[in-house]
Amino acid sequence: MKTVRLSVIASEEYGEAGGAVAPVIPPVSTKEEVSPMASRTSQIETFLRPFVLPGITFGFILMVWTVAQATFLPTFPGVPDVWAKAVETFADPLYVNGPNDMGIAWQVAYSLGRVLAGFFLALAVGIPVGFLIGANKTFEQAWMPLIAILRPVSPLAWLPIGLLIFRAVDPSAIFVIFITSIWPVILNTAAGVKAIPQDYLNVARVLNFNRREMVVKIYVPATLPYMLTGMQLSLGTAWMVIVAAEMLTGGIGIGFYIWDEWNNLSVPSIIVAIVVIGCVGILLEAGMNFIRRRYDYSGKQE
Amino acid sequence: MERNAILQISKVGKTFDTRSGSFEALRDVDLSIAEGEFVSIIGHSGCGKSTLLNLVAGLEAPTLGGIFLDGMLVDGPGPERAVVFQNHSLLPWLTVYGNVRLAVDKVFGARKSAAERDEWTREMLSLVNMSHAAGKRPSEISGGMKQRVGIARALAMEPKVLLLDEPFGALDALTRAQLQDSVMDIHARLGNTVVMITHDVDEAVLLSDRIVMMNNGPAAGIGEIHEVRLPRPRHRLEMSENAAYLAARTAVMRFLTRNRIEKVA
Repeated sequence: MKTVRLSVIASEEYGEAGGAVAPVIPPVSTKEEVSPMASRTSQIETFLRPFVLPGITFGFILMVWTVAQATFLPTFPGVPDVWAKAVETFADPLYVNGPNDMGIAWQVAYSLGRVLAGFFLALAVGIPVGFLIGANKTFEQAWMPLIAILRPVSPLAWLPIGLLIFRAVDPSAIFVIFITSIWPVILNTAAGVKAIPQDYLNVARVLNFNRREMVVKIYVPATLPYMLTGMQLSLGTAWMVIVAAEMLTGGIGIGFYIWDEWNNLSVPSIIVAIVVIGCVGILLEAGMNFIRRRYDYSGKQE
Repeated sequence: MERNAILQISKVGKTFDTRSGSFEALRDVDLSIAEGEFVSIIGHSGCGKSTLLNLVAGLEAPTLGGIFLDGMLVDGPGPERAVVFQNHSLLPWLTVYGNVRLAVDKVFGARKSAAERDEWTREMLSLVNMSHAAGKRPSEISGGMKQRVGIARALAMEPKVLLLDEPFGALDALTRAQLQDSVMDIHARLGNTVVMITHDVDEAVLLSDRIVMMNNGPAAGIGEIHEVRLPRPRHRLEMSENAAYLAARTAVMRFLTRNRIEKVA
């Protein structure tokens, strides 16, 4: 299941709209042009392809899973077990049985809340810092080495620091997400500021823009596509990191839910949670893609 | 020219500090441009003609000498010396209308009401025949159209001098001819003072009252100035047999060829 999810996300990342499907079509359609019904058939094929092909993959994985479970992995839950668990889980996603036993929707909501809190904090700090680094050589030289050292560190390494500072798990998880999200935001914003063509600045100079007008009317709109790319990277990584962070912090959240179900030895719940995490990830990605494309003029220029 | 000089370039020199030492781009440039005059500056690549335009625009400061507009020393860029840049420089996140309106709002924000500024923006767009594309973004229009918008944006600032930096260099021949006609038409109607950088001999002769020919750098200066004695309005089709046109064309060609040979030798 996990492999399938990853491949879907990957194709979204690297191919523009439908790009992942396109290379497969041409050879087939040329073959079919021989028969009179060719164009009709290939049209239907083109339409069905995005549904049929992944369907085959899913079916294949379910088959391998079933065979593996029946032969050499008897401890692994079977497909029907997981399906039953999924039905049970989604039958009442919003139940509340005391503070430590809530429905799956609440688990996701708490995780999303931490992700968004950390993410927006990272924007609030990262965007101004990115602007300073991009616009000011001195600032860049002073700060880039620090960023270069900190950026490759797994954000989870910051969790103890968060616990030390905040002495509470929730702010610590948010702090970890903040650290996760801030690097792409800073670096992409800085890259965007540096990429502003001299022409735009010359236009602004001829118009005698003051500093504020320069920032509002040139710097921000010119940098926006870069910032949105950074945000998309941040949000995607943050959603991955929160699962791990919550496993360590406990409480309500999809990450601790998985850990908790592992302690209960309820593997079907874990598989359901993995699928849910993947779907939420796709939704986040799609949302950011939508916003990013909405403001993307750079690709269409010239 | 008996009219008053509006723009005076006086003993201007420009030296750049580069990594490999200092480079003298311009030396002793003296030029006086009358109100309403259309002056072209022509020369081989690297002769410093763009540097000269940047100095007039105020985007760069001269090392020596000074530039005076209406008797006032130029000490920085400003809308009274609007520039049409070679690569249009439209802001891609704004519409065609938005690009012109940006300039109108900045220059007339204090003096005109929003309705007046809207009207002025639309008037400028119709002047360059771009009203139909007001709502489009730069990525959706052709290179020639972008340059029209660039011209509209510059004209909208009501500049005392309009500076054109190889405005049609990136365009195909047919589009270029169309835009040249538009610029002539606008110049006839508004009577602006125009300084245009070009490397196209026919363009210089057709559009200009005077053609300033620049020597090759380093330490480039003005080589010759040719006055084009052609009545306006000029029509490109009638020019191929016109003696004054041919004389001007020959003079410029001769200068450029001689300079080229000197450079090679």
